Amino acid sequence: MFAIFKKELRAYFTSPIGYVYIGIFLAVSALICCFTTLQQASYDTTAYFQYLLFAFVILVPLLTMRLLSEERKTKTEQLLLTAPISITGMILGKYFAALVLFSGTVLVSCINFFPLISYALVEQSTSTTDAHIGPVGGQIIGCLIGVLLIGAAFIAVGLFISALTESQLSAAVISISVLIAMMLVGAIGNLTTSVFLKTVLGWISVLSRFDMFSMGLFDFSALLYYASIAGVCIFLTVRVYEKRRWG
Amino acid sequence: MIKIEHLVKNYGATCAVDDISFEIAQGEIVGLLGPNGAGKSTTMNILTGYLSSTSGRVSVDGINVLDDPLEVKRRIGYLPEQPPLYLDMTVEEYLIFVYNLKGCTLNRSKHLEEIADVVKLTDVYHRLIRNLSKGYRQRVGIAGALIGNPPVIIFDEPTVGLDPKQIIEIRNLIRTLGKDHTVILSTHILQEVQAVCDRIIIINKGRVVADELTENINRVASGNNRYHIKICGPQREVLSLLKNRSDVAYVEALSARDGDAYVYRVESARGLDIRKSLFFALAERGYAMIGLEALGLSLEDIFITVVDKTDGTPEKKQEKGNRKGRSSSVEKDLAQSILDATAEKQENIAPYVEED
Repeated sequence: MFAIFKKELRAYFTSPIGYVYIGIFLAVSALICCFTTLQQASYDTTAYFQYLLFAFVILVPLLTMRLLSEERKTKTEQLLLTAPISITGMILGKYFAALVLFSGTVLVSCINFFPLISYALVEQSTSTTDAHIGPVGGQIIGCLIGVLLIGAAFIAVGLFISALTESQLSAAVISISVLIAMMLVGAIGNLTTSVFLKTVLGWISVLSRFDMFSMGLFDFSALLYYASIAGVCIFLTVRVYEKRRWG
Repeated sequence: MIKIEHLVKNYGATCAVDDISFEIAQGEIVGLLGPNGAGKSTTMNILTGYLSSTSGRVSVDGINVLDDPLEVKRRIGYLPEQPPLYLDMTVEEYLIFVYNLKGCTLNRSKHLEEIADVVKLTDVYHRLIRNLSKGYRQRVGIAGALIGNPPVIIFDEPTVGLDPKQIIEIRNLIRTLGKDHTVILSTHILQEVQAVCDRIIIINKGRVVADELTENINRVASGNNRYHIKICGPQREVLSLLKNRSDVAYVEALSARDGDAYVYRVESARGLDIRKSLFFALAERGYAMIGLEALGLSLEDIFITVVDKTDGTPEKKQEKGNRKGRSSSVEKDLAQSILDATAEKQENIAPYVEED
């Protein structure tokens, strides 16, 4: 598993895809940060993270589209599947490689908060009151955890879709569509008048679970929710391989 | 070492492997021979755990593939039909990756160096696989299969797409490996198995149709009754002389000639050696025999005989029911058409599928 993890992580940087991903991520997150905080003259980072989630819809498929589909197309999966490692180990190795690159980029994108903090420090020093000025640490940390959890779930979804097709392009397109649907479920729920539908859709909505984090609260049920999405998708991916073997 | 019992693999309605059984002893080099789509690759893929069988038992070193797939995979080095290479890696990176993937515990730099030496990769060791030629890529694939020093090595069509020089090199390599590994290779090139393997298993339409030591097949192939004979003298007279002999079953004048000599293709009646008597008969008439070349039955002939026999069988269900009768009749046909039926040689033809 570790061999595959290392190989995948390395593959992100020997092909343009890793650089493209990191580049777009940092540029987009910086822009979002600029528009939601600096331009609004606000220290509230909730909006920043919420917009960032929408960027994931495009960015995460970039990471996951080639993970399994390319191996299948170039027949290199034969090497992995005849090596003395389990299918689960192989899938997890790939999953964690994507997750590590994703988390790393998210953490690097925290430099976006430096201008905010430096502004806040200047303001604080000239302020006459003792009230806290600047971004709230708890909120940022909460949101970061939420974002990472949602990313972990999205990567698993993308990984599963990548296992279904030989073409990177279709993997990307299908992943984007599925992720958009997952994001919009809650919004659609808000449009309906049926309370029942609203409750159900709100319950399965990825976004509704994020709110707690943006209040700086750690919501254990949300952790379970995202972890189970990831778990189910990884399980299904393993099943796809088992099924193909027996097919 | 390797034991396959009643292996069946269905892809939906099509049956790729239909009740194959054979056993391979340690240190044997076995060639799986068969036309394209005969089920060679499927058999190998099942053996390596890439696919699973519909039914039947496969075991390596006494371990069932289904019971402990990882332990079996640890014992097998596999080179699939298309070498599984990552083009964006250098040879070194690729070998290190495979080394880590297999969880190998041998001294890494020493082990990889040895392998690169054996398959002659040292020159391209630091180059990107993308930039290597087909022959070198094949060797990188072979090197990958050798990592971890597995006791069983399986090559699926290892020489496809290589130039003649590379083919010879790879064959030599396989022969060298056969000294301390059990090797299975599949091919549809007959010379290849003849040149490399100790034993040949012919597969057609998912069945084993022949399983024979190469030396026996070679002996069978050379136990022949056909000759090209070069005789000086007027073609018509020589031809009529040959035709009138009772021990000559067939004669044909070929277009080739050498001075005043013509070339004839002569087939003797079964079981008779006509060379001596023919020589004296011709000498008596003043026609000099200046050349005689025995035409061995080529492996192609054997192959085509065997494969045609099994192609001809009509319905599958019926075949299954009559398996015993069918295979023994194939055996007989093979024996008759190939051998001059000597008892010793017949003993050497092993039963193809039956294991009572």
